[in-house]
Parts: sequence; C-alpha cells; structure tokens
Amino acid sequence: MQFGIFSVSDITRDPVSGVTPSEAERIDAVIRIAQKAEEVGLDVFAIGEHHNPPFFSSSPTTLLAAIAATTKRLIVTTATTLITTNDPVRIAEEYAMLQHVSDGRMDLMIGRGNTAPVYPWFGADIRQGLPLALENYNLLHRLWREDVVDWEGQYRTALQGFTSTPRPLDDVPPFVWHGSIRTPEIAEQAAFYGNGFFANHIFWPTSHSLRLINFYRQRFEHYGHGTKKQAIVGLGGQAYIARKSQDAYAEFRPYFDEAPVYGHGPSLEDFSQMTPLTVGSPQEVIEKTLTFHDTFGDYQRQLFLMDHAGLPLKTVLNQLDLLGEEVIPVLRKELESRKDPESADAPTHEGLVKAKYGDQPARQPRPNANRGDNVTGASPYQDSDDVQVTYPSIV
Amino acid sequence: MTNASDQPPAGRTYHLAVVSGGTSDPSSTRLLADRTADRVAALARERGNTVLITTISLRELAPEIGTAITSQLLGPKMTDAVEALGRADGLIVSTPVYKAGPSGLFTSFFQSLDNDLLIAKPVILAATAGTARHALVVDDQLRSQFAYLRTLSVPTSLFAASEDWSSDELTKRIDRAATELVLLIEAELATKIKEASWHRYQHSYGSAGGAETEIDLDTDLMRLATGGSAPPKPPTG
Repeated sequence: MQFGIFSVSDITRDPVSGVTPSEAERIDAVIRIAQKAEEVGLDVFAIGEHHNPPFFSSSPTTLLAAIAATTKRLIVTTATTLITTNDPVRIAEEYAMLQHVSDGRMDLMIGRGNTAPVYPWFGADIRQGLPLALENYNLLHRLWREDVVDWEGQYRTALQGFTSTPRPLDDVPPFVWHGSIRTPEIAEQAAFYGNGFFANHIFWPTSHSLRLINFYRQRFEHYGHGTKKQAIVGLGGQAYIARKSQDAYAEFRPYFDEAPVYGHGPSLEDFSQMTPLTVGSPQEVIEKTLTFHDTFGDYQRQLFLMDHAGLPLKTVLNQLDLLGEEVIPVLRKELESRKDPESADAPTHEGLVKAKYGDQPARQPRPNANRGDNVTGASPYQDSDDVQVTYPSIV
Repeated sequence: MTNASDQPPAGRTYHLAVVSGGTSDPSSTRLLADRTADRVAALARERGNTVLITTISLRELAPEIGTAITSQLLGPKMTDAVEALGRADGLIVSTPVYKAGPSGLFTSFFQSLDNDLLIAKPVILAATAGTARHALVVDDQLRSQFAYLRTLSVPTSLFAASEDWSSDELTKRIDRAATELVLLIEAELATKIKEASWHRYQHSYGSAGGAETEIDLDTDLMRLATGGSAPPKPPTG
C-alpha cells in the first residue's frame, strides 16, 4: 500500500492573509511540499496538469524530474496527465525520459481534462474527448512496447517506422493509472490493458466511486490479468488535520468556504459528511480512511489533497508532519493486518522488472548507428533480432 | 385478452410525487398542489386503486438546491427527493410565478435533476400568481421545460390567480387535470415506454438518479477502449 499526496497546482489567494503567492513562490513551495512528503515517510507525490492560470503545472515532467533529483525514495507521478490535448508521442518521450532520470521512481495517471477552452488551444475538440483519450492511449501503449511503430488513427498524423526514444528504463514501460469519475469506457480500457484504475474520490459520495471500481475489477479478471482482488486500485481523498477536531474545523473553514471548486456551496460539515473529506484529529482521519477499505477492499494507493485553496506553505508542512507521523503509520499497520494475501502489491518499477525478467538481466536497448530512418533495414536496436518490420506499401 | 380501456387495473398502489415551489406558509402554490393531489387520490380510490403521496416542499430544500446547482453534490434531502421522483408513477408540480416566470428555486430544482429521471412520467403542471395576467406561464414556460425532461404533461394546465380561489371553475379544472393524470398513471405508459425503448434515450453512467448502471460493451467506444483507432468520422455538412 502506497500513501501520498496530490496537488492540483492551483495558485489561490490565501483568504486569511489576503495574499496570493507568485508563481515563483508557489512552484518553490510545491517542490518543498514534495520533499517534505518523502521526509515524513510518504511514498508518492502527484501533480496535476493545467494550461491556464491560476494553475502553474503545464509541464509536469520538468517539475517531477526536479523533485526526483532531490529525493531518494519518493515515487513521482501525475494527477492527471492530459491524454487528450497532449500528443501521445510526446507523452511517450517525456515520461520515458522522466523514468530514466528518476531511476524508475515514477508512474503516471492519465485523464481527459474537463476545461473546455484548453482543447481548441491544442487543436482538439472536447466533444471528441472520450474517443480521443481512448485512441491516444492505445497509441501510447504501443509506443512503449514496440521499438518500431506503424500506426494510423483518427486524431493524429499517421506514423511509419517511428521509434519513441528513449526506450523505457529496463525496457519496462512506466506504470499507468487511468483516472475517471464516471466513464465506464475508461475503466474498461484500464482493465483491458491490466493497468491501474484511480477514482478521484473527492467530490462525491463513496458509493459513486464503488460502482465503477467494481466494474473495473470484473473486467480486469475478464481480460485475464488476475482475479478481481488483484486489480490495481487507487483512491483520492482529502484531509485537514489538527490535534483537536474543533481546531481543525476552525482552521480549515475559511479555506474551504472560499475554495475554488466547492467554496460558497455546501457547508464544511455537510461536505465532510457526504464526501471522503475528513476534517479532524489524526484519529478521525485514520477512522474515516479505514472506511474506504471497508468499502473498496484492498487497494494499492491512497493520495490525499493537502495543499490547495490558498493554504500557506507552513500550514501544509505542518499538515504533512501530522499525516506522516500520526496517521500513516497507524494506517499502514492496520491495512497490512487486513490485507488479503491474494491482493496485488502496489506497483513499482522494481516489481515490474521482476515480473518481466524474473532473475534474468533486464534488456538494455543499444541503438545502431544513425541511418536516417527506421523504415528500411532491420531494427534500430542492436539486440532485438526478431523484430518484424512492416514496410509501407505503395498503392 | 381484455381491452385495457374497458378494464382499468384495480387493486394497484401508485406513487404520486408532489413538488411545490411555494415559499410562504400557508402557501397558495402548495394549496393548489395539495388540492390536486387529494383529488387524484380520491379518483384513484373510486377506481379501486391506492395512491401514496410524497410531497417535496422546495423551500426546505433551498440550500441543497443551491449546492446541487453549483457543485453537483446532492444533499440528503435532495437525495430523498430524487428517490421519490424516480419511484413516482405520476407527478404534480406547482410553482409560484415570479417576474413573469416560474420561480428560480423551482426551475433550479428541475435543472439539477438527471435528464432521464422523469422520462415518460405523467405530470400535472400548475402555477399560482397574484393576477390572471400570468396565466400563460404554465403553457408557455413550464410545458416546454417539462417537454425537455420528456415527461407526459397532461392536457389540462392548472393556474390559479387570486380571484380563482373563490371560483368553482378552478375546482372543475383540478378535477379534469386529476382525471387525466389518473388515467395516464393507470395506463402505466411510463413503465411500458421504459421497457420498450429505455436505451434509445440519452443516458450517462449513474444517471436516472443512480439507477442507470447498465454498461453496454457492444459500442464503438468500448471497442476503441480495447485497442485500435477510432472509426472514421461521419462526413460533415
């Protein structure tokens, strides 16, 4: 079981001090928050992707590479990488590069993105968002698994003899989570490929997430990747922790009331009652998080949203101290004792390498000398003898 | 096989949901809804059937309606209301007229529901106002809103201005609308239409108040989810 935090990358006015951080301040703060996550014993840091103010995270791999370079154990990932408006070829290249420089301490979560104006900025159409996401992932999946790809689809220029470089670290593709709230096709795609499925689990009651997760588990088994219990599930959540419950409410309320997403809407009490948000003492956060396990069974990754809505850096760092020192150790122990031996371990690069190679050495692709294309001749790599190269036909 | 119109179903229990947008207490909007509901129940009883009435007073839901519209989060009272509407065999909806239109609270309530929650359910549309000048609000505005929701709105609309409360004409119109509703409920068209063509209406996963959980695996999108590339776009123009 992996525990971590995910950040939206919002730059929001602190409603208590009235100050809006600069982009520079907030980017620096997020790097420090990620480093702190490792320091307090968390396993994962995830960043969102946005292409409009007041968010800064347009280029997640650059940020995550900087974080990976200054940490030792932390897995860096996304929540989410936009599979619609990014070219899947660029995703394949950038995240493989991140995989190399982080020495495998990364994965990614792909999602569609729901900000309508972003689509046309990148030449896409939100009305085609779902088929675009599905097709783009199908291509991404191949780019990381085949040295040379010929491909033709509806939404992107066709590829002939294309090699995405660098090849994934140890020739093991980065682990992919598919994030969705209510789209069965996304759950189906995650299940088809044996990838992970992540439910954001922030805005809606737990029962909403359960329906789709159960569908994903069934389909994971249907496609022969393992049993339902071996499917790989991640959940979001959010918490505000203080030693005393009433302090947690008092401190968090001004931020909640003006939060960009749910501010000026439901009351903090109602929202805590109706959704996975926990505001309270470490013990209360532990108890509520354990109810997720009651509902969903064993799952592999729990991410908390801790740094949004203008919460100042100092507060976030204090929150992480409480989370790392008082909440996570208890949750680890409790969930470990509940874990069914059949259920899957959380995905790591080491685990995937072992699954692919056992005790054998991993493939380390070495390119042949430059010959200008991948279309003529054999494989562009020295060690792949039996690669079937398809030549383009001249009609 | 008997002719359904000769032999109305008897011994049945039907659920009637009454939605009132009235905000004062007592409220003439609520009064109109209640009088109509009583008439529906009485007519059904004369025909050997039982009507169970659930009344949804939007005034009590006002904060949750605001939340539902701004954050799509359904509070406990909204959840109960959606459940009652989903279960209902027929509806009576009643709104005050404000500034020449149905009240914002009433409109917001129905705008926050899933598009497919009320498909083919018979509905009596009703409104109240201070003067008869607003009489067409029901037919001009409510009827089109409920057409979007794919309800079967009964032929007779109800409208009561101040002077109507002392008129037996209003009572006659209530009686007429109630008769229409009872006959439509007994025809069980909503159930039959659902059985015959539910999948031909637009749904999304978890819509119809959470009832729509069927997943069709035999679609182009589902095939695309399992590899390959999207089918060619249909020609435009």
